[in-house]
Amino acid sequence: MEFFEDWPGYFQVLWNWSDRLLDGLWVTIQLSIYGGLLAFVIAVALGLMAGSPSLWLRAPARVLIEVFRGISLVVLLFWLMYILPLLWMYNPGLPFRGIVESTFLLGVFALGLNYGAYGAEAVRASLTTVPKGQWEATTALSMSWPHKIRRVIFPQAWALMIPSLTNLWVHLLKGSAIAYVIPLVSDFTAQLNQLRRPTDIWFSHAFIGLVIYFLLALVITVFMQALEARAKHKLGRGPSLREILSPAPKAVIPETSPAGQPQQKSTAGGER
Amino acid sequence: MSLENLYAQEIDDPTLIDEEEVRRTPFWDWDVAIDAFPSILEAFIKYTLLVTVLGTLIAAVLGLVIAVLILTLPKPLAWIVKWLANFIRMTPIVVQLIFVFWAFLGTIEPLTMGIIVFGVHYATYMSEVYRAGIESVPKGQWEATTALSMSPVRTWQKVVIPQALRSTVPSLGNYAISMFKDTPFLIVIGVAEMVTAASAYGAPLSRHTEVYTIAGLIFLAASYPTAVLVNRLEKRLAYAH
Repeated sequence: MEFFEDWPGYFQVLWNWSDRLLDGLWVTIQLSIYGGLLAFVIAVALGLMAGSPSLWLRAPARVLIEVFRGISLVVLLFWLMYILPLLWMYNPGLPFRGIVESTFLLGVFALGLNYGAYGAEAVRASLTTVPKGQWEATTALSMSWPHKIRRVIFPQAWALMIPSLTNLWVHLLKGSAIAYVIPLVSDFTAQLNQLRRPTDIWFSHAFIGLVIYFLLALVITVFMQALEARAKHKLGRGPSLREILSPAPKAVIPETSPAGQPQQKSTAGGER
Repeated sequence: MSLENLYAQEIDDPTLIDEEEVRRTPFWDWDVAIDAFPSILEAFIKYTLLVTVLGTLIAAVLGLVIAVLILTLPKPLAWIVKWLANFIRMTPIVVQLIFVFWAFLGTIEPLTMGIIVFGVHYATYMSEVYRAGIESVPKGQWEATTALSMSPVRTWQKVVIPQALRSTVPSLGNYAISMFKDTPFLIVIGVAEMVTAASAYGAPLSRHTEVYTIAGLIFLAASYPTAVLVNRLEKRLAYAH
């Protein structure tokens, strides 16, 4: 078959274009990291608000979560790209104009808001699984709100929410490929597509592109599994990261979810 | 459709919008909104819903096949199927769409490609749901089928799968909703689904506010009630257990 005979040629072309591909890869990595950090901040803020007993905090959080989850990532991206800048055009005096002039930042915001809203649900759900006695104990010790969240509640919820956050981060990485439609942002997918024009051997490049996305997703998963092991160790529920990584034989293997498994509802698996 | 005519490549550049022009026109124009609504709704029904429904059907069936294959095939084969599914699940659907688009250009309609890619992509998610459902079938049930000397096919068909399916319905519903919200990714292969139709309507008029807001509201109006319904179903099933 012609396709297999041409493989050396494909790699030659890939090698010649490696600079542009690496540039694109770097943009994709930046989108995933900045988008992921923004999503995390939004998820924690909205999650804490949605889990609070006060209606004044809960109601706006619920509306924001449902809106940013409910409209699709692409619609959110187009809103930010075409409609948000209009505010600055009608009111030229508004500050922070640079934000809406950078299509890269708008892409980061779209990813952060969309996946942050999904993450908020995960944060809220894991906050409710922290035993009630823990909340009562913090009240009994008259801890201040930031103090009890930071020292008692969040560390316990954190270990529980990591698997869902891992899935969301992998989703965000995959979603970042839509940055290909954003003008002036040449992410990895855009560069792969550029590669097709002079060479017309898109098939192999797209396949290599898929493999690289897969490797990035694996890196995220392994990193988050390490974070989970660390979080569990801090709660006294598993070996430390150093013990896991050491070549010496280990007694306990930490419970970590397999790579990129979709989030399971409690009804779907587990207990009979 | 010509090779170079992919919609994503000729999308409006928002940085080239003429500011003076924008200031002369209102932020929201009801006439445009009312004119645009029917064509956006039509694209929603003809493409977005079609892809979601057919994609979900493919995913639901193929997902079950993958799950049963992983659990019944001999080890090395099951391992291959499992990692193939992992590979499809952990790579972007956008790149998969483009990949399939160029690989099968001219032989398959882009709409059909979209349905198949969405179906296969989400099948890999649903297979995990089914697997968890199958593993939650009590061991006693398996032992009972052995005691009754039922054939493996009959065991799966009459005992395991009916019990496994029950608990998986809400999760499958959630994936159908997320597939629905992913359908705008079809913009990269030029299928005229709702968001593509919205921007095709708005771009020549330089009116973006109305069309994207309508598209967003239709998404919200369709996905929020479905999500509430799925949530209720989940609570009810959890209660019944």
